[in-house]
This record gives sequence, C-alpha cells and structure tokens, in this order.
Amino acid sequence: MHVYELSAAVVVPLSGQNCDLSVISNSKPASRERAVATRTPGRLSARIAIPVLVIGLVVSLLIGLYVGFHPIDIHTLQTDPIAQAVLFRLRLPRVIMAGVVGASLALVGASLQALFRNALAEPFTLGVSGGASLGASLAIALGLGINVAGVPIIFVAAFFGAVLSVVLVYRLAHSGGGVMLPGALLLAGVVLNLCASACVLVIQYLADYNRALQILRWLIGSLDVVGFGLVWRMLIFLVPGWLILGAYARDLHLLSTGEESAASLGVDVQRTERVVFIASSLIVGVTVSVGGSIGFVGLVVPHAARLLFGQDVRMLLPASFLLGAAFLVLADTLARVAIAPAELPVGAITALLGGPVFLLLLRQQRRYSAM
Amino acid sequence: MDHEELPIVEARNLVFAYGTTPVVRDASLSLPCGAVGALIGANGSGKSTLIRLLAGLLTPSNGQVFIDGVPLVNIALRERAKRIAYVPQSTGIVFPFTAIEVVLTGRSPYSGRFSFESTEDEQIALAALDSLDAAHLAHRPVTELSWGERQLVTVARALAQEPDVMLLDEPASSLDLKHRMQLARALRRHSTERGIAALMITHDLTLLDSAVDLIFAMKWGRMISIGSPEVVLADNVLSDVYDARIRTERRRGRAFVWSEL
Repeated sequence: MHVYELSAAVVVPLSGQNCDLSVISNSKPASRERAVATRTPGRLSARIAIPVLVIGLVVSLLIGLYVGFHPIDIHTLQTDPIAQAVLFRLRLPRVIMAGVVGASLALVGASLQALFRNALAEPFTLGVSGGASLGASLAIALGLGINVAGVPIIFVAAFFGAVLSVVLVYRLAHSGGGVMLPGALLLAGVVLNLCASACVLVIQYLADYNRALQILRWLIGSLDVVGFGLVWRMLIFLVPGWLILGAYARDLHLLSTGEESAASLGVDVQRTERVVFIASSLIVGVTVSVGGSIGFVGLVVPHAARLLFGQDVRMLLPASFLLGAAFLVLADTLARVAIAPAELPVGAITALLGGPVFLLLLRQQRRYSAM
Repeated sequence: MDHEELPIVEARNLVFAYGTTPVVRDASLSLPCGAVGALIGANGSGKSTLIRLLAGLLTPSNGQVFIDGVPLVNIALRERAKRIAYVPQSTGIVFPFTAIEVVLTGRSPYSGRFSFESTEDEQIALAALDSLDAAHLAHRPVTELSWGERQLVTVARALAQEPDVMLLDEPASSLDLKHRMQLARALRRHSTERGIAALMITHDLTLLDSAVDLIFAMKWGRMISIGSPEVVLADNVLSDVYDARIRTERRRGRAFVWSEL
C-alpha cells in the first residue's frame, strides 16, 4: 500500500482570513428583518401556566378536604370537636400526603422519561417501584420495621431496592454505542416488576403469619395517615430529592434531545444519570414505603403536561410536580367516596386511568420515528 | 508563538478502539481557523470515530486533541460546548420538539442553569435556521420532518452554538442537491464571516472542490492523504482510499468523480 505524503501542517492560503476569534465572535449575526414568531402558538407560557396550576392544586386540595364520609361544613367545624378532629387529624394529613406522593411520582416520571428518552418510562413501568417494594418487604419480613435515628429502615431498604432496579434496567436497555432501545427498556421494566413481585410472594410465604399480613397490608398501600408525623419524616427525604431533580432540569432537557447532543452541548451525561438515578430512587423508595406501589401517576401526569406545555423539560418538571399533586389528591378523594364507607385502593384508580393512557402512548410512539 | 499560526483544531496521533477492535489507529490532522475541511474514506475507515474524538465525545487511548493550542481534556465541558459544535448523523430525538426548540438547545452553553433562553438567543436560533433556508420549519415537530429537514435543523443548532469549530458527521447525506449546495454555501459563509472552521464527513466527492479547502482521506484508521481538492481528488489517491478503480475528470474547474465497474 502506498502511503501518501502526510504533513501535519498543511496550510492552505485562505484569502482575507482573520484568525483572531475574539474579534470575530463579538460580531453577532445580523438580526433578521423578517418577523417570525419564536413562541409556538397554542402553548402557555410559564408566567401564566404556573399560577394556573397552583390555583388548580389549591382547588383540588379544598375538594379533597371537603368531600368525605363525614360531612364537614364551616358551621359544624366551629362547634363540633369531632368534625375538627376529622378535618385536622385525618383529612388534612391525608390530602397533604396524597399531594406529596402524587407530586413526587409525577416529577420522577417526567425526569426518567427525559433521561431514558421514552414517554412510557415511569417508576412503575421501569420496575423501580417493584424493586422498592421488594426491598421494603424484605425489611418487614426481617422485622426491621423500626426507626434508627429517626430514619425508618423500611425507607432505606426501599431506596436500595429502587436503586438496584433502575441501574439494572438502564444497563439492560443501554446497548453499546449509547443507543437506548425503547422496546428493550419497557420489557426489562416489566420483567423486573414480575421478578420483584415473585420474590415478594416467596418472602410472604416464608415469613411468619403476622409479618406476611403486614406485608400484604403494606403492599396494597394506603395514603391513610393520622397526624403529620409521617408526612414530616417523608419530607426530610423528599425535599432534597425534589430540589436535586429541579436543579438538573436543564441537563435533563438537553438529554431528552439525545445523549450525544447533550454531551456536545456541555452536559456531563454520566454524572447527570447517576444523580437522577439516586434522587429518583430516594423519592420512589420513600413514597413506595409509605403509600405502596401507586402506578401510572408518573405516566399520566407528564403526558398531560406535555399536551399543555410542550416538550421543554424545564417546564415539564414543575408542571408535572403541581399537576401530579392535584391528580393524586383527586384520585384519592375518589377512592375514599366511590364505595363509601369502604375505600378503594388509590393505586387501583390510578391504574384504571393510566392503563389506557399507556396504550394510547404506545400507539403514538410507533408513529414517530426517532430523529 | 504568533496566534495566527496556531491551527484551531489539531489532533496528534490519535488511537481509539471499541473494546478490542481498533478503529482509529494513528490519525493526525490540523485545521486552520476559517477553513472548511472534508473527511473522506470508505465505510468503517474510522471517520465518525475520529470526529467523535475531536468533539471530545470519546477519549482517545493515545494521542491528544488540541483546540487553539489547548489540550481538549483541559477544557471544561461547558467551555468546550461554546467552542466545538457537533452535528451527529441522527440525534435520536423521540419527543415531538419543535424545530426552534431543538435549535435553541444550541444556546444552552451560554445560559445559566436556571434560566430560559433570552430573546437574543431566540433571534440567533431563528437566524441560524434562516441561513439554511429552513425558517419555515421553526414550529413544526421535528419528529414529523423528513430526514433532510431534520439534518438542516441539527446543523442550525450547531450554528446557533456560535462555535469556533463545527464537526459534522455526514450532514448532507439526506439532503437534496439544492440543500447540499445551500449547506455548503452556509458553511463557507460562516467560515469567512466568522472564522468558523468546519470539518465534515462526506461521501459526495463531486461537491468537494467547490466547497472545501482541505480534504483528509482516511483508510483503516489512518490518515493516508491530506491536501487541497486538486491534490486529493486524483485517480491514484482516491483508488487507494476506496480500494476501487476511481476515475476523476476536471471540467469547468470542477472535479467529477466516478467509479469504474
């Protein structure tokens, strides 16, 4: 083979070239005369959207407080101590709990969708809730349902279960060369969920009667709380998780347009993935430990947010957070009153709403080809 | 050393392997600022990998990349993003972002973690689209555009980055003849007006001698020929590059290239 002359310093005469880039980059391109709107019509801007969402959330909180088996109105509240107790010790904590859990799950859903570049990704479909359930069941079966220095062991166990499954699912779906296979991702998630629930069954079978019942009760999940103690304890873990995800909104936005694109735009892809995995697992671990596995909130809510606000993740995260809170408050209210005085598990309601949305999105996903 | 003599991009003896398969064996190149270069070579010759190495998306196991004389590894990620723009073959966008949203992501190296793009950023993004004659795509979802239109959007994003160097992986592969010329002209204009150096992978040899200053030819992970289009677009050079019988003919100052059966 003949190798041609290889000179490292081929300098081509470039007439009139100025290499002083500092001068050149100062000259901005001439702004165009032609008026083209930069805002896409039909999209709400953040300045209008966020207040509207906050008002919506407040209204749904009021509905959640008002509606229930024990009727409450302003008049009885002033005179009846039982009504007061029901409102402030039972209904208010529960509504707050629903809001906190709903906001958390929707926020994690929107974040994972950006990270995995898949609108069907969320804690439930990726098997993250399954992993958290497994971790928590293990903790209950071993009798570790206690606090160590104020931290419930069950939170920690669920967190590790969640981390394990999110990393596993990521590894499975992330083939060499940085290509994310959407089908493989969901399959891996489903299989992981099945494996986790099989393990939970085995644990239940092996555990003694009392603990098996405890696991079962816990698995069904409930947002029922008395007083604010548990809510505060959750918030200690959730608030940092929320803030971390919020701080990574820009990186997630860029990642949602492609991994290589994000990297070439200055995103530290590996660090972002690691941080988002840990923050998401923390949030999912804690919410699953308390409310059980509530599916599809992280799917339905970001989907609705996309329809309203478009694809910008920096807008989707806060929007999903607020919408998610309102959504689960209303779903839980429905769960409380649908077959009153008995209660439906709120997870059943979200799944009934979420299943069809999942199928709808699956149909849509086939229509778009990746760019 | 005089600033003007430094090449804006320089690669010295790059080596890279995916696992145990060596792809880039020993590649060096240097591109002066304001120059438009083409990277040619047969499929699997290591062109895309070399471009990724230059963009800092991959790290060479040996050798080093310099941007304006500074080792690339010493430049922080966000600073890199202001200097180097990379145009992938396909971005893998699955969400129906509008074209302008995609182009605006090119401005992110210049805006803060918690801020949205400014009106000025929006103008720059629109101007970038407009310079490729693609302003009419601004509000269309990219997932519904044709492949050629998507390529224009991705190139516009790179232009909006206002980089010193643009690295393009087959930017014209899905473009029609008119848009190929438009892309070539846009690159040329940005290189002369703003001193941007561009290096693009291409298989369209006929376009080259009017569009580029320098051609880099790769074979089996090595740079086997570097020179102006008159030098590289020659029968013997191209036949070696592609391992095929390639003929060239100059007509009206342009080289026409075809392969014999």
